[in-house]
Formats: sequence, C-alpha cells, structure tokens
Amino acid sequence: MGSGWKGNAIAMFAVTALLAVAGYAALFIAPDERSMHEIQRIFYFHAPAGLTAFSAFLIAFVGNIAYLATRRPKWDWLGVSAVEVGVAFCTVNLITGPIWAHPVWGVWWTWDARLTLTLVLWLLYVTYLVLRTLMSDPERRATFSAIFGIFAYLDVPLVYLSIRIWRTQHPQPVVLGGAGSGLEPTMRNVFFFCILVLNLLMVVLVRQRYRVERLRHEVEELRFEAENSLAGRATGGS
Amino acid sequence: MTTARAASIILAKELRSEFRSRDLLLTTVVFALLVVVLFSFAFDPSPDESRRFGPGLLWIAFLFAGSLMLHPSFGREHANDTLYALRMAPVDPFAILLGKMLANFVFLLFAELLLLPVFAVLYNVDLLPVIGRLILVLILGTLGISITGTVFSAVAAQARMRELLLPLLLLPILTPVLIAAAEATVGLLDDPPQLARNWVALLAAFDIVFMTASWMLCGYLLEE
Repeated sequence: MGSGWKGNAIAMFAVTALLAVAGYAALFIAPDERSMHEIQRIFYFHAPAGLTAFSAFLIAFVGNIAYLATRRPKWDWLGVSAVEVGVAFCTVNLITGPIWAHPVWGVWWTWDARLTLTLVLWLLYVTYLVLRTLMSDPERRATFSAIFGIFAYLDVPLVYLSIRIWRTQHPQPVVLGGAGSGLEPTMRNVFFFCILVLNLLMVVLVRQRYRVERLRHEVEELRFEAENSLAGRATGGS
Repeated sequence: MTTARAASIILAKELRSEFRSRDLLLTTVVFALLVVVLFSFAFDPSPDESRRFGPGLLWIAFLFAGSLMLHPSFGREHANDTLYALRMAPVDPFAILLGKMLANFVFLLFAELLLLPVFAVLYNVDLLPVIGRLILVLILGTLGISITGTVFSAVAAQARMRELLLPLLLLPILTPVLIAAAEATVGLLDDPPQLARNWVALLAAFDIVFMTASWMLCGYLLEE
C-alpha cells in the first residue's frame, strides 16, 4: 500500500509537470496560425482530448470483455474507471469544440461527422454510468454494464459510418479543410506531444479512479462482514 | 431440442400471450399515431416539407414506440418471476432470446404496417409505388430495433426505474438505424424514387453485428 501511494504521487507529479510543458508549448512554442491566430491554439488540447477519450473507451471495452470472460471484479473496476475518465475527456472535447467553432466557423455547432460522433459517444457512455447507478447488486451491475459497454463500443463504427454517408450526401457545412493534413512541423510536434501527455494523464486518472473503486469494494465487504457478525451475535445471544 | 425449435416455441408463447390481451399492440399503435399527429400540429409542414421530414418523423415514432413496447418483453417475466422457469428449460439460452426477439419483431412490424396508411394519408405521400422497397427498409430497421431492444429489455429488467431506463439505453445505440432508415425512406419518397444501397447495407450490417453480439453474450444476459 505504501509503495503504491508513493508511485502514485510520483506519477501525478510527473504528469502535472508534463501538462505544464504541453500548455507552454501550445501557447508559446507552436507558431501562430495564419488565418485563425490565437484561437487555433485550443486545437492542441481539443483534438487530443477527443483522441484520449477514444483510448479510454477502448480500455473500458477490453475491461468489459475481460470481466465477462474471467468474472474477476478488478476488470469491472477498470471498466467503470476508464468510462468515467473517458467521459470527462469527451466533455472537454465537446466544450472546447464550440469555443473554437464560434469565432472560426461562425456557428457554435454543426452536425459535422466528427462532432456528431463525439456527441453520440458521450451520450452512450453517460448512459453506461446512469445504468450503473440503477443497479445495486455489485455482480449484477458488473455483468449487465459490461454487456451494455460492449454493445456501445460495437456501435461506434456503425455510428461513424452512418454519419459519414449521411454527411457526404448533404451539402457540406462550413468545415475547415483537413486540419490534420498539412501541419507545419513545429505544430505537428506540439500536437503529438499533447496527445501523448493527455493520454498519460488519462492513464494516471484511470489508475487513481481504479484505486477508489477497489477501496469502495473493500469497504462494502467489510460492512457486509460486520453486519453478518452482528447478526450472528444477536442470534447466538438469544 | 434444436435452438430453432425452442425459439419457435418461445415465439409461439409470446404471440399467444399477446394476442390474448392485445395490450401491447393497442398501446403501441395508438402511441405512434399520437406522435405522428402531434408532429403535424407542432410543425405544420407543407407538402414538400412532409416529403422531406415525414420519413424522419415516422422513424422517430417507430423508435419511441419500440423503446416503450419492448420493455414488457423481459419486464413481464421479471414481474411474474417466470424467467427462472424459462431458464430452467433444457434449451440453449439463445433460443429464449431469439424467440423473444422474433416476437418483438413481429409486434413492431405489425404496428408499423398499421400506421403506414395513416401516415400516407395525413402527410399526403403516395407509398404504394414503393411499398415493396419500403417494406425491405422496415424489416431491416425493425430487426435492428428488436435485436438491441430485446437485449436491453433484459438488462433494464434487472435495474431500478426499468421503464425509463430502456429508452435511455436503446435510443443512443439506435442512432445508425435512425439515420440509415430515415434517409433510405427519404430516398424512396424522392421523384424518381430510389433506394440507396449503402443505407440498406448499413442496416443489414447493424443487424448482423448486434445479432452476433447477442448470440455471444446471451449466456451472461440470462444467467442469475
């Protein structure tokens, strides 16, 4: 327990330092964008947050499958931790998107393929979290939320495909032509560095959240034991 | 007993119990009808707009109706504690799920077919020339709703707030079905009508992906 605490503190400290570097790089090192200027810098956190959410949901998917295959509670803890952290990153992505879009595109929101996909993803995983709050038996909660999580993840490529076909049939909204295609080298390096840092942050947060889930499980078990022994004493005394 | 035989017995049981009361069909048809009528009041569409928005509205009505009508599929078993008895039967658990999926598919498709002529009249669209292709879209879309809906009905039956939970679980998952089915139907109402192959393919892909997933996960879904 003690060494875990120390490792955690070091990891937290390292990621915080890296985040500061990433923030500095995005604000001062990356060159000014010709047409969008300062507002473009939000992109260094906006897009990486979305990509990080995707990796968190992939971790959750693996956790869900592993739980059904092994029935070890730790996979359920991993599943819920990754989904919670993933939803947080997804929220960051959805909030920073309109902040950027309003001055650049002139609208807060358009039903563009990526935006819509992220929104549907967010809805799916918020539902996963809601579902968990409505089931109190831990084993049942783990099993059924794992099933839902697997269904949700399988839905992602289908949602993406449907939105892609949908959006290519309709007139394109005001979309910036391929931001990722012709990136200036410094911009690209800062961008990839931000992706890396946010993914590290995600891993640290998932790990932390996982510990909370494990402790919660331990408390539940202790309470259960205590109640049982109290009940046993009561019947023994009478 | 083979899975197909067991599934057909479950299907027959579901159909029998439904046609004795007809509760589900009646409420679903009336509910979907209400959605269609209220939409017209809320938006007052012109004939051109009906053609453009009608299909989306029709599929919204089907989705809402499905998310309400699918709840009793497992909710009723849960309320009467009959799921134990079903599970005790020496059959593949997938047969139970499959039988219920097929029953829900039949109910929902039946409700949709009853609703179509009313929709055609209220929104002034001529469905007869494209009815064959429309039914293909209806079948594929309804299959998608029934497959995921039956699975989530079993999930929701285990939770609190079951009736509210099912639409919550079901509607976001059905995003691809809604887009594909509505867009395919819009194409059918175009002049000249056309059935876009990629929408049909997407609906079929949705059905196959989730049917396979249900088959793989049904053991976990029905255990206690």
